[in-house]
Amino acid sequence: MAAHTSHPAEPLVRIARRKAAPLSRKIAVRAAAILLALVVDALFIFFVTGLNPISVYVVMWGGTFSTPVRFSWAMRDLSTLLCIGIALAPAFKMRFWNIGAEGQVLVGGLATALIMVYFGNSLPAPALFAAMVLGSVAAGALWGFVPAWFKARWNTNETLFTLMMNYVATSIVACMTNIMRGQASSLGTLNKATKAGWLPIIFGQRYTINIIVVLVLTFAMYAYLKYSKHGYEIAVVGESENTARYAGINVRRVMVRTMLISGAICGLCGFLIVAGKDQTISTTSAGGNGFTAIIVAWLAKFNTFYMALISFLLIFLERGASEIASAYSLNEYAADIITGVILFFILGSEFFINYRLIWRGHHKEVKGE
Amino acid sequence: MSSLIAWILRAIPFGTIIMYGAMGEIVTEKSGNLNLGVPGIMYLGGFAGFASAYFYENSVANPNPVLSVLIALICALAASALGGLIYAFLTITLRANQNVTGLALTTFGMGVANFFGVFILNGSTYSAAPLANKAFAAKIPVLSGLGVLGQTVFSYGFLAYAAIVLALVLHWFFTRTRAGLNLRAVGENPATADAAGINVTKYKYLATCIGAAICGVGGLYYVLDYNQGIWATTGQIEALGWLALALVIFTTWKPLNAIWGAYLFGILYWLYQFLPSILGITMSSAMTDLVQMVPYVVTIVVLIAVSMRRKKEDQPPAHLGLAYFREER
Repeated sequence: MAAHTSHPAEPLVRIARRKAAPLSRKIAVRAAAILLALVVDALFIFFVTGLNPISVYVVMWGGTFSTPVRFSWAMRDLSTLLCIGIALAPAFKMRFWNIGAEGQVLVGGLATALIMVYFGNSLPAPALFAAMVLGSVAAGALWGFVPAWFKARWNTNETLFTLMMNYVATSIVACMTNIMRGQASSLGTLNKATKAGWLPIIFGQRYTINIIVVLVLTFAMYAYLKYSKHGYEIAVVGESENTARYAGINVRRVMVRTMLISGAICGLCGFLIVAGKDQTISTTSAGGNGFTAIIVAWLAKFNTFYMALISFLLIFLERGASEIASAYSLNEYAADIITGVILFFILGSEFFINYRLIWRGHHKEVKGE
Repeated sequence: MSSLIAWILRAIPFGTIIMYGAMGEIVTEKSGNLNLGVPGIMYLGGFAGFASAYFYENSVANPNPVLSVLIALICALAASALGGLIYAFLTITLRANQNVTGLALTTFGMGVANFFGVFILNGSTYSAAPLANKAFAAKIPVLSGLGVLGQTVFSYGFLAYAAIVLALVLHWFFTRTRAGLNLRAVGENPATADAAGINVTKYKYLATCIGAAICGVGGLYYVLDYNQGIWATTGQIEALGWLALALVIFTTWKPLNAIWGAYLFGILYWLYQFLPSILGITMSSAMTDLVQMVPYVVTIVVLIAVSMRRKKEDQPPAHLGLAYFREER
C-alpha cells in the first residue's frame, strides 16, 4: 500500500466496461450464476422444509424428463413463452418497452374465441382457421399499435401505457366471456361437440402445431432482425433515435411498424393458446407469460435461439417446482421463489460480463479486453 | 344517501392502500429508478406484517394491542425495505435492467408471501389476526360518532390518516429541503448531480429502500385493516400494486395529488358496485366487468394528456428507468 500513498483518492475498486466478452466467458459467468442460484435455493429448501436438496432437485428433474408426455407438456409451455418472447424481441431491440404482451395475447385469444363461437358452425374449416388467425393477428396488432402511435406522435411513456393496456384487455375479456357463457357458471370448452376451430391432432397432440409454428417463428424472427433492412433500422433506432433520423430513417414509421409486428405475433400466440392448447378463453389465458417473456427477451439480448434456451430453463424450473410441490406436499409458490432467485442471479451476472473490476494497485491495462 | 356513504367508506380505505404504494413509488422514481416490483414489495410488507402480528398474538398469553401494531409495522417496513434493497443492489450496483429486475422482484415477492402463507394457513382457507386488526382498524374515539361527517371522515384506522400526513411530509421534503432537491436532481440528471457533489449512489439506494418500505405499508394496511386481518392466498395484492403504479402517473409524480387521486381511484374502482344502486338501475354482470377498466383508462388518458401538454412540471423524472454509470458519460 505504501507505494500508492501518492494517490490517496484512488478508490478500492474501479469499474470499467469490457469491450466484448468472449463467448467462453459469457457461458462461464452465466453457468456460475445459475449454479450459485441453485445453491441458494438448495439452502432455502433445506432450512425451510428440512428436505434433502439433492433429492428435491432430482424430483425437479423428473418434472420435465420423467416421461415423454411430461416432456411434450414442457415443449407446449415453452412454445407459448417463447412465442411471446419472439414477439417482444423487435420492440425491445428498438428500446421500446412493450410490457403489454399479456394484454396483446389476451385480445388475440379473445378474437379467436369469438370467431370460434360465432362462426364455428357457419364457416368451412379452412375459412374458419383463416378468419381466426387474421382476427387474432389484427386484434394483437391493434393493441400494439395504440401505444406505439402515441409514443411516435407525442413521446408518451410506452412502459406505463402498455402496462395499463393489459388491464383494459383483461376487463374486455372478462366482459366478453361473461356474455358468451350466458347463464352457465363458467365458459368451459368452446365448441365441445363440433370441435370447430380446434387445431388438428398431429403426433398424438393438438399442440404439435403450436410447437411447429413457434419453431418457424424462431428462425424467421432471427433472420428478420439480423439480415433484413427492417431489422437494421430497428437496431439503429434502438441505439440512437437521433442517429436514425440523421441517417434518413423515418423513426415514427419504424416504431409503429415494429409494434404492429410485435402485437401481431402476440395476437397469434393468443390464437395458438385458444385453438391449440386450451380450447377456451379466460382472463388468465396468458397466465403471466407476457411478463415472464419480457425477462426472457431481455436476458437473451433479442437473440431468438438464446430465448429458446432461457425459456426452456424457466419452464423446466416451473414444471420441476410443481413436481416438488406435489411430491413433498409443499405448495407451487415455491416455483416463484426459486425462479425469482435464479432470475436475480442471472440479472446480476450480466454485470460481470459487461464490466470488469480493477482493484486498487492493479494498473496494468489488459490489451484486447 | 346510505349507499353513497357506503361507497365512500369503501373507497377511502381502498385509496389508502394504493396511496401508500404510489407514494413509495414516487420516492423511488424521483431518484430515477422505475421499480416495477411494487406488487411484490406490497406482498412482502403485507405478509411480514400479518405473520409477525399472527405469531405475536398466538404465542403471548396477554397480547398488547399497541405492541402488536408496532411489531407488525416494523416487520412490514423491514421486509419491504429488504425487497427494495435487492432491487437497489441489482440495478444500482450491478447495473441490471430496471424493468426486468422489477418484474423478477414481483414474481419473487409474490412467491415468498404465498409460499410462507401456506404454512400459516396450515390447510385452512384463511387465517386471521383479530387483535392486530382491531388495533389497526380502531376508529377515532369521539369524533367517529358525529353523524354522517363522523362516519365518512373519522371512522378509519390510523394508517389512513398517517397516509395523508405522509403525503404532506413528502411534498415538504421534495420542495423545501436540501435532501429533497438533491434527490430530484439525481432523478433528473444524475451526471450533473454527481458533478455538483451529490452522492448519487447513496441517494438512489436510500430512495429505493425507503420508497419500498412505504409501499410495504400499503400491503400491511390491506391485510390488517382493509381485509379485516385475514390472510388468504389471493392475487388481489398484485392488482393493487399495478394500480398503485398507475396512480403514480395520475399524480404526475406529486405526493399531494396522491391524496385525492387515490380516493378518486377508490371511487372509480367501486363504481361498478355502487353507481347502479345510486342511479337505481341494474347492471348486467358483463357490464360490471367492463366498468372495472375505468381506473386504467383514466390513467391512460392522463398519460397521454401529460405527454401532449409537455408541461415541464408534469413530466416524469428525466432519467427515469435509466441506470447511471459515472464512467460512461
